[in-house]
Amino acid sequence: MSLERLDPEMVEFDVRTDEMLINMGPQHPSTHGVLRLLLRTDGEVVTDVTPHIGYLHRCAEKIGENVTARQWIPYTDRMDYLAAMNMNLGWSLVVEKLLGREVTERTRHVRVLVSELNRIANHLVAVAAYGLDLGNFTPYAWTFREREKILDLFEEVCGARLTCSYIVPGGITGDFPAGWLDRCETFLQEFEPIIDQFHSLLTNSAIFIRRTGGIGVLSPEMAIDYGCTGPVLRGSGVKWDVRRDGDPWYTRMYEDYEFEVIAEIDGKYPQDQEYPPVPEAVVLGDSWHRYYVRMLEVVQSMRLIRQAMEFYRQTDPQWSDPIKVTEKLPKGQVYLETEAPKGQMGFMVIGDGTAKPWRARARSSSFCNLSVVAELCRGGLIADVPAVVGSLDLVLGEIDR
Amino acid sequence: METQAIIDKLREKFAAEIVGSDLETFDPWVEITPGSVPQVAQFLRDDPQLRFDLLHCVTGVDYFEPDEKKAAKVDWEPHVEVIYHLSSMAQRHRLVLKVTLPRWKDDTPGQLPEVPTVSHLWNTANWHEREVFDLSGVRFVGHPDPRRMLCPEDWVGHPLRKDYEMPTEYHGIRAR
Repeated sequence: MSLERLDPEMVEFDVRTDEMLINMGPQHPSTHGVLRLLLRTDGEVVTDVTPHIGYLHRCAEKIGENVTARQWIPYTDRMDYLAAMNMNLGWSLVVEKLLGREVTERTRHVRVLVSELNRIANHLVAVAAYGLDLGNFTPYAWTFREREKILDLFEEVCGARLTCSYIVPGGITGDFPAGWLDRCETFLQEFEPIIDQFHSLLTNSAIFIRRTGGIGVLSPEMAIDYGCTGPVLRGSGVKWDVRRDGDPWYTRMYEDYEFEVIAEIDGKYPQDQEYPPVPEAVVLGDSWHRYYVRMLEVVQSMRLIRQAMEFYRQTDPQWSDPIKVTEKLPKGQVYLETEAPKGQMGFMVIGDGTAKPWRARARSSSFCNLSVVAELCRGGLIADVPAVVGSLDLVLGEIDR
Repeated sequence: METQAIIDKLREKFAAEIVGSDLETFDPWVEITPGSVPQVAQFLRDDPQLRFDLLHCVTGVDYFEPDEKKAAKVDWEPHVEVIYHLSSMAQRHRLVLKVTLPRWKDDTPGQLPEVPTVSHLWNTANWHEREVFDLSGVRFVGHPDPRRMLCPEDWVGHPLRKDYEMPTEYHGIRAR
């Protein structure tokens, strides 16, 4: 049949819209940092996404070669500035492994306590920013109110709210001030009932489920192929957490601690607590599950903090001394990954006998988590792009280093 | 699997490609020839007993001492090392794969050394190899998208090279 004979309305069917390139960013109004996404679109449908990163690149690894191991700690703060304690911990552990230095029991429990506290703070920001990405402002105000209390606790411990530099190679910079544990306990008691409020705001909100359920579905195979870790991997139903499955040098920090690794296995999340039910409209590995894993991890972190406080009280007040600023690193090459809130944060140090590392390497978790974004957005709508990017919980300071 | 067993298995199949190994160090490593990277990597990933499904990280390390006094004391020849950190979630073991390259291809300064890509085996390698190219100056042959990762596309030089000199000026912006 030739075209002339067709009904004009039918011919319209064949009309193709032009491909269009749309630039998203680099200024993002939310808390993720400076990310630029170049979208190739066909009408409303995204056919490809090219992330452009590097706007916050400071070449922290080069700086690491020019300062000593202890001096690099403040630079790790500024990578993932939302989880500075966990970043300090990663670098400290890898340097300690190279030096063969172990910390005392009490130092170990303090480290668990502050890094889990920071995990809660990070997940609160993740949830807050995610709600904001989807046009929901209330969770932002509520979670930031709670996070503020954690930052106040950090301020008492180390003087800084975000850039803590509290955990250093060899130990920590100081004990908790008097009465701090009680204030921490008060915070936990106040915080516990509020989690249910967050759940009612987002988890079971019909709008939130419609915006996130089935959007950006990440299969476990693809997650592993792209090196996705942390809540992004566990949101796809892989029970993998380097606090349990990682290097013994790291896992023994969590010896004697009890916690669940949050992941949906055989259609079920761990049922150690009362969690809201999983709605029917969501698919394993979608944006909603990544969000849900974070919310449940907050509860596990609270469990860990309570245990750490108990262990802290039971152990002798013996402290490990931080290494000297000019401490010489032996020859050797060590790589160690820790479970940072955003995923597996790896640090590598190559010592050459001097105080300055020959090479300091940071393997960023968000870097790998972002690399999968094109796969997740392809075929979806433009409006779903923020829903996917937000669910990955990115911090560009860590990606760009 | 124990690291020794993994390396024995590799030796069985790629005896000629294995240059060295160290099991006593913190992270046991095995060094292979640059040309054999895709074959060895594919074997490591697909062999049912090895199943290295997760590539953590690709790192480039420049071994070069610009200070002549210090250079006389070091016990290595100048070279560039590319390190692959692998692990298997299924089999729960780890391995570090290393490749040694010349600092410059054919000893011509400015000509980047080359190693075949593994980005078709692990997608993690795609961005990591771009980063190593960008910062450490190693060309990954066969990479589908060999652009710079973190530095601007018109940036000159590779910052993690030890003899890198920071430019004084970039598009009218004073840099030093």
